[in-house]
Amino acid sequence: MTDDIHRTVDAVWRIESARIVATLAKATGDVGLAEDLAQEALVEAIQQWPDAGIPRNPGAWLTAVAKRRAIDTWRRRGALDERYRAIAHDLSESSDDDWEPIDDDMLRLVFIACHPVLSRESQVALTLRVVGGLSTQEIARMLLVPVPTVQARITRAKKTLAAARVPFDTPEPTEWRGRLGGVLGVVYLIYTEGYAATSGDRWIREELAGEALRLARVLAGLMPREPEAHGLVALLELQSSRFAARVARDGSPVLLSDQDRSRWDRAQIARGRAALGRADARGQGRGPYALQAAIALCHAVAPRIEDTDWERIVVLYEALGRLAPSPVVDLNRAVAVSMATGPATALRIVDRLQSDGALRGSHLLPSVRGELLSRLGRVEEARSELLTAANLASNEREAAVLRGKAAAL
Amino acid sequence: MSKYMLIMRNSGSEQNYEDMDFEAVINAMGAYNESMIKAGVLLGGDGLTDAAQGAVVEFTADAPLVTDGPYGETHELFNGFWTIQVATQDEAVEWAKRAPLGPGNKIEVRRMTDDSDFADYQDNEYVKKEKGWREDLGVEVGGDAR
Repeated sequence: MTDDIHRTVDAVWRIESARIVATLAKATGDVGLAEDLAQEALVEAIQQWPDAGIPRNPGAWLTAVAKRRAIDTWRRRGALDERYRAIAHDLSESSDDDWEPIDDDMLRLVFIACHPVLSRESQVALTLRVVGGLSTQEIARMLLVPVPTVQARITRAKKTLAAARVPFDTPEPTEWRGRLGGVLGVVYLIYTEGYAATSGDRWIREELAGEALRLARVLAGLMPREPEAHGLVALLELQSSRFAARVARDGSPVLLSDQDRSRWDRAQIARGRAALGRADARGQGRGPYALQAAIALCHAVAPRIEDTDWERIVVLYEALGRLAPSPVVDLNRAVAVSMATGPATALRIVDRLQSDGALRGSHLLPSVRGELLSRLGRVEEARSELLTAANLASNEREAAVLRGKAAAL
Repeated sequence: MSKYMLIMRNSGSEQNYEDMDFEAVINAMGAYNESMIKAGVLLGGDGLTDAAQGAVVEFTADAPLVTDGPYGETHELFNGFWTIQVATQDEAVEWAKRAPLGPGNKIEVRRMTDDSDFADYQDNEYVKKEKGWREDLGVEVGGDAR
């Protein structure tokens, strides 16, 4: 019975915690304090619910308990400063029954969790904790780091927010675009941790990617007018649609060209396409996430690798490279060019990257270069590049694939 | 993350429907659906039309038997479903508890099968093809959920 209650409390927490924390943060102006109060209310729920039963509206119950705790704390401290008194008044005035947190507070919470004064690691941990409603243990398990590390990151994040006097508010219009980019970037980072993690069990990595997708959907729901929020959902849906085909039964990665496309999740592709449609419907042009989603969609709709519209992909990569220049984008464009017009043109792009010293120390450039050289019949050079790539690859399975390719030449 | 189907069943009489303020029902359901969209969990869902207008195909030892309307003896009728994607069954149950339904209704919460349920059969040709078929069969109505 107690076990059942625990599981129910966990489930309620997953659904309600972000809104509870947002409501408390709105009242107290302090996300760190809000989170602490919400946690205390959770402890009280675990103590009381087994005997008293689960309340009809658990979210309202937890919020009311947390608010009472806030008021008690201030009374105990004898905090008579005006600000606290005003907050205590505000908290005791509001009725528990009409507990209806508004989206604006959720949005504020999202922007605070991803605030630029925080380190990337803290942003990730705090977002999963306060927006995603995950426990410290769950976050640690999914990020493959020890529990104390996650605790430290969250504590540090709260201290930093307090020290920087970050107000509980959404960004000013002038900084909106940059801050939005930061928020979407945190969610995308969480996703790529799950998508490309070099170690760990496949199901755990998919769990983290699933959490990121859920966060992305939350963002799109909170900011339906932002095309890139929908673009991010589209990208994550489309990339996730290939999960089942990405890894062979022995755990080795399967390249896009070798994947069994019948195992791609068609329903998920349809959701990705719909999300990209919502991004396009805003009529503001495609941003980096929508462009990447459009590229992923080109792959998703091709029944076979040879049916892929590579010329379209090249154009999309060109656009992406201008909006968000990066050597990885250029390298991907080179691969697309090699498929659209042939390896010789592509090799020129890769050679330019190499002479610029881009991606030094990464296995990506020599592995693409080796591939192109092998298609040009320059076997000796190809083998050497592939072996260089194998030595640089941090993922042992990927290294094995590269060595296998070199040996097959 | 697993997918769950919340299957709505109703054992009430037809009179229920006549007495209802249909607009209020639409509003309550709309708010419920919106809350699941905003939480990032709703994949899709649909309501079903009157069971009396439907047909039942019953499997017997011989050829399937087709009858009009709802199952003969059953007093509980399916009248709609949601598909949601959540971390645990308890979370799916919590969402079900939030549905704006009155006495006489039930929601059955069932996890939908995924790849992990067929892990031992990945070489089966039909298991491989199954994913490709989903869209055609309309097993999941995710694409235009909102």
